[in-house]
Amino acid sequence: MLSIIEIKNVGKRYNITGRKRGYVALRDVISEKLKHPLSALAGIGRNIMGTNRMETFWALRNINLSVKKGEAVGIIGANGAGKSTLLKILSRITPPTEGEVRLNGRVASLLEVGTGFHPELSGRENVFLNGAILGMTRKEIGEKFNAIVDFSGIGDFIDTPVKRYSTGMYVRLAFSIAAHIEPDILLVDEVLAVGDAEFQKKCLGKMEEVTGKAGRTILFVSHNMSAVEKLCPTSILLSHGKIVKAGETRDVIRHYLAAEYEKSSGHEKLFPLKLKGEVTLHDFAVSQKNIRTAHLDADTPFTVEIDFEAHANLSLFRAGVYLKNALGDVLTRSFTSDWQPELERVAKGRYQATLLFPEKLLMPGNYFVSLSLNRFSVMNYLAKHTIEKTVTVGPSAYFNQAHPAEKPEGKIFIKNRWTLKLVSDQNKQSDES
Amino acid sequence: MVTVIKPKKTFSLEDLREIWRYKELLYFFVWRDIKVRYKQTIVGIGWAIFQPFMTMVVFSVFFGKLIKVPSDGIPYPIFVYTGLLFWQLFASALSDTSNSLIGNAAIVTKVYFPRIILPLADTANKFVDLFFASLALIFLMFHYGYAPRFSGIALIPILLIITSATAVGAGLILASINVKYRDVRYVLPFFMQLLLFLTPVIYPSSIAGKYAWLLSFNPMTGVIKAARAGLLGTGPIGWQSLAISSLAALALLAAGIFFFKKTERYFADIV
Repeated sequence: MLSIIEIKNVGKRYNITGRKRGYVALRDVISEKLKHPLSALAGIGRNIMGTNRMETFWALRNINLSVKKGEAVGIIGANGAGKSTLLKILSRITPPTEGEVRLNGRVASLLEVGTGFHPELSGRENVFLNGAILGMTRKEIGEKFNAIVDFSGIGDFIDTPVKRYSTGMYVRLAFSIAAHIEPDILLVDEVLAVGDAEFQKKCLGKMEEVTGKAGRTILFVSHNMSAVEKLCPTSILLSHGKIVKAGETRDVIRHYLAAEYEKSSGHEKLFPLKLKGEVTLHDFAVSQKNIRTAHLDADTPFTVEIDFEAHANLSLFRAGVYLKNALGDVLTRSFTSDWQPELERVAKGRYQATLLFPEKLLMPGNYFVSLSLNRFSVMNYLAKHTIEKTVTVGPSAYFNQAHPAEKPEGKIFIKNRWTLKLVSDQNKQSDES
Repeated sequence: MVTVIKPKKTFSLEDLREIWRYKELLYFFVWRDIKVRYKQTIVGIGWAIFQPFMTMVVFSVFFGKLIKVPSDGIPYPIFVYTGLLFWQLFASALSDTSNSLIGNAAIVTKVYFPRIILPLADTANKFVDLFFASLALIFLMFHYGYAPRFSGIALIPILLIITSATAVGAGLILASINVKYRDVRYVLPFFMQLLLFLTPVIYPSSIAGKYAWLLSFNPMTGVIKAARAGLLGTGPIGWQSLAISSLAALALLAAGIFFFKKTERYFADIV
């Protein structure tokens, strides 16, 4: 079958000279040239000779990919791996430096929701404007207008200027428009990171519907691994502008997380890490059954250990961790002094702080355990370092045994069990067990 | 529909076809700007008339009454107002087009469309202001008892096209430069002011004597001269200077499109 997206040897190079100052002022350029006429001439000379030395870097290099009609492909990778650049090339916002892309169909790109929304215009007017910007015709928008408004749940506010909308309403309306475009190829960047969880779910559902039923092709960039896994059977992993892994999403994600753990363990090379002359961090580890690991079994407790040294007597001192989900939202934090204020006074010496996390705490998924060392409102020792472990929690063998294939919902397990008491059966007898 | 994305691209017929395909977006951009501008209808329309009208009054008092600038024998207020109408169309279109890419940076970096429709839309929506402002001209002409020649009315569309082409041409160049050098927009008002005095808005071009033809290289000269001749009957329509002005406008437009095309694809990287 013919590929609907064919990417051949695509590369994108950026010049990074002179970009530090933000934009260039003509005034500065002219005065620079006047002050140093000789070097300006030499610059022109170098330009002509083609020997101009510029700092460049390849945001993408040698990208080859072909996507068949109806496929949904996830693009994952760390920040700066080139995911967004790739989408920008595919949506023709920026040209590739080399290589070629063929797109056999109508393309719509969603690099952001609500592109071009004008605050002064009403919701209704913005639906038309944004729809047109996303490539819909006036007729199409007119036909889908009611569906868009229904999906957004905006209701009567549709004739209110969007500057009076709450952020939630704004995003919902914007996403509803986006969800109703019907291109052959849909390019989606991290747009799901906004909006409330309930609406995100609705959008994912809508997108699944889009690929499933209508045979539309989707390229989906996201940091939300579970979203990628849900939506895209296959994925590619970008790292430093190259495709390092392609295949089944599950494998690609595993590969990515393994690489991330290696990276997140990279800071161990920093140990012992001296912080502001007051504290030295010797070690930080997540372990289960005394083995350091990034893959946690949901049915076994795990521990977080912090090995540090105080070089003086410190007050208001707290060591601890933030537990974050894959999107980086803090689920909870736990500091040494949380239940024991007396621990805020630390005498000079070396310490080992250990926290035991109970079993059956986290739903399957990816989490970050992020270290914090601070003195309350005095000092954040890790302001310049991010010391963070990526952990993947596997499924619990005991949870939802009847339907193990059902997708886990949420982040936290409730360990307690329900009690189910028969209040009255058909024979009107009470049950004592 | 097959799209091929490649590194190099030069201007081709395909670009025109593409602009045609995106005509609805062009329409929506114009619609948006008009809608926002005239959201408070009275203020919007009032401003569109007030601005050129007050300029006319001040110019008439100082240049017409006190300095006694010649006006080819017609009342100075309609003489200067005719010039101002076209000048304002040109000046406002130029300053808006030169800012069109920066002003729409949020869209330019997120969605593809032929970038050229942004300056086009900015120029097109100036015609609404022109429409309201010209109501005042009709009133003034009625007041002073001047009726336009038929040929003058027929000429107006051509003059508007030349004015737009000039504004778009220069605007495209400035917009491209503006993306890279953001201080252009601070310099522009100064040059616009100079240009106002280099264009026969407040004086007749006949004032330059035998060098009047030189002024025609400024496309707005031919336009304003022809507009006065056609609408107010200041003399024969200066076909020769109009021809020079049209060619100059065309050259400017071609240069603008060429320059814009050359830099267009990289806007998103530096905006």
